[in-house]
Amino acid sequence: MKLFEHEAKDIFRAFGMPLPPGGVAKTPQEAKKRAAEVGKPVVVKAQVLSGKRGKAGGVKFADTPEQAEELAKEILAMKINDLPVETVLIEEKLAIQQEIYAGITIDRNTRQYVVIGSSAGGMSIEELAEESPEKIIKMHVNPDTGFQPYEARQMAIDMGFTGKAINKLAGFFLKLWRIVEEYDVELTEINPLILTKEGSFLAADARLNIDNNALYRHQELIDKLEREPIEQNEREQLATDHGMAYVELDGDIACICNGAGLTMATLDAVSLYGGKASTFLDLGGGSDAERVEMGIKIAQMYDKVEAILVNIMGGITRCDDVARGILAAKEKYGIEVPMVIRMVGTNEEEGQKILNEAGIPFLETMEEAAKKVVDLVKEEK
Amino acid sequence: MPVLVDKDTRVIIQGITGSQGTFHTEAMLEYGTKIVAGMTPGKGGEEVHGIPVYDSVTQAKKDHDITASVIFVPAPFAGDAAMEAIDADLNPVVLITEHVPVKDEIRVIHAAKKKGITIIGPNTPGIITPGDKQKLGIMPGHVFSSGEVGLMSRSGTLTYEIAAGMTQAGIGISTAIGLGGDPCVGLTPAEGVRLFKDDKKTKALVLVGEIGGDAEERAAAYVKENYDRPVVAFIAGRTAPPGKRMGHAGAIISGSSGTAAAKIKAFNNADVPVAERPSDVAKLLKEVM
Repeated sequence: MKLFEHEAKDIFRAFGMPLPPGGVAKTPQEAKKRAAEVGKPVVVKAQVLSGKRGKAGGVKFADTPEQAEELAKEILAMKINDLPVETVLIEEKLAIQQEIYAGITIDRNTRQYVVIGSSAGGMSIEELAEESPEKIIKMHVNPDTGFQPYEARQMAIDMGFTGKAINKLAGFFLKLWRIVEEYDVELTEINPLILTKEGSFLAADARLNIDNNALYRHQELIDKLEREPIEQNEREQLATDHGMAYVELDGDIACICNGAGLTMATLDAVSLYGGKASTFLDLGGGSDAERVEMGIKIAQMYDKVEAILVNIMGGITRCDDVARGILAAKEKYGIEVPMVIRMVGTNEEEGQKILNEAGIPFLETMEEAAKKVVDLVKEEK
Repeated sequence: MPVLVDKDTRVIIQGITGSQGTFHTEAMLEYGTKIVAGMTPGKGGEEVHGIPVYDSVTQAKKDHDITASVIFVPAPFAGDAAMEAIDADLNPVVLITEHVPVKDEIRVIHAAKKKGITIIGPNTPGIITPGDKQKLGIMPGHVFSSGEVGLMSRSGTLTYEIAAGMTQAGIGISTAIGLGGDPCVGLTPAEGVRLFKDDKKTKALVLVGEIGGDAEERAAAYVKENYDRPVVAFIAGRTAPPGKRMGHAGAIISGSSGTAAAKIKAFNNADVPVAERPSDVAKLLKEVM
């Protein structure tokens, strides 16, 4: 679950992290009020769950409350990466001496949390890794001890800070670590963390992603947010409710398979034969007839779908169940686009018999099936 | 000589009384797996398919000589179950459960590492050694035939697809390991290659990877430096878009990292042929062996 900047900052604030003064607004009038409260020039920032909002025009500076109102009106009417802007955050415009990067994420290789800092913030950590990798300081966290204050100070020293700045900056890292531990965070960033001309450090931006698998431990936080933890369209929601993995793509062939790896490989096979997938739909292990039926229903709800490829490698999933699910979907919802079925494994013969009796053709290899579905779509066009 | 699991492996099923645990205990027993005990806290004294159930791993160990564990405990409790298995020195610990919080995974993997214990998974179909009729997991045993090729994969059904293709082509498997679909898993592909390297009877390897992270690149680098038997690879997700999780929590291209192209390039650099289609794996194996 990704948090909006202002939501992440509410958590930062609760942990005593210094932030620029400001507040959120949902209307231009509110924005004007917030700016007046700040009483200084402000920045008006679009609240969207997408990177690169600055480049998209979602961050603008205003000298007066009236100007803030005008800019908020503009930004609240924007869409950034297809996401509508519903809220803006108004904060004091800072006098910047230096932009710093501070973050914590997971190192998949060592399987540890890793604290990352850089004296050259403001750009993405990826860009930074390309431009000045020597300026990226990393420290892996020992799972037994957690991140220690002396390690946080060492990070600040290695980043080139001296004197009082060392303890101030270390405080940010330690607070970030406490937040990571408390909220099952898989990625958090302050970028930029601003060192002002007056010598104070402030978290100007905030990114916080919580591990979806751990959301059950954070019901209190979710209740406070007063929104769905994960934004989903109707089809995505239906798939989630039925324990399926569903991703919409921009092609026209829906791939319904069991298992994530097999579904990815099926998408690739479709592409290899010159087609393009519209849908990644992993029914999950142990799929029964109802799941298959629901999968076909969901796939057909997406208007880009012009053909369906069902590819099942039976293991725990039984082919006779799959065949029954296909028949049920056909009877209940009708199948309005060409469909190709490939199904092997457990109870294969029984499943194939059911399809045969219903006059539904099937193929034995996924390559044949992928080629066939691509040909069918080409014929239609 | 297979890897991690052989004829002497004796298994406890943690979470044996749950629906998944019961179902797969039966399937494993049918296949030949030596399951000696089960455990579910509070259900001690019961039996599941003739297997005695205990309240704790420690209790079970008093009555039985147990070497390994397979865990079917629901995600919120799976980390705790794995810690219990590690504490009891079981090795390997196969964590089938999906959706385990990553914070718990990190803790478990670290604890296992300190004791030299191998964690398989989480989010894995498990591990199978067909020659010894031992499967510690949920895979359909019949698609794996016994032989001399080691198989490692981050996915389940795609592994069955490839194993079935190998079986049809007359190529058998020494041990097949499902590494797990999560970003943090106990056994990495590079560590897996190291295990198979020590097994003189495994004559070749198949590595089935997918988008996300750089574990395949690291395995390729290890193969290049340290492994001189033939290796064939397959990478799923060549056409996956960046920023989307493709079913597995770990299958996500972040920015420019974790792409199929980078993994294929790394394997090619290590002189490892990468199959374009799952069915090509068996063909490539015949060419290189």
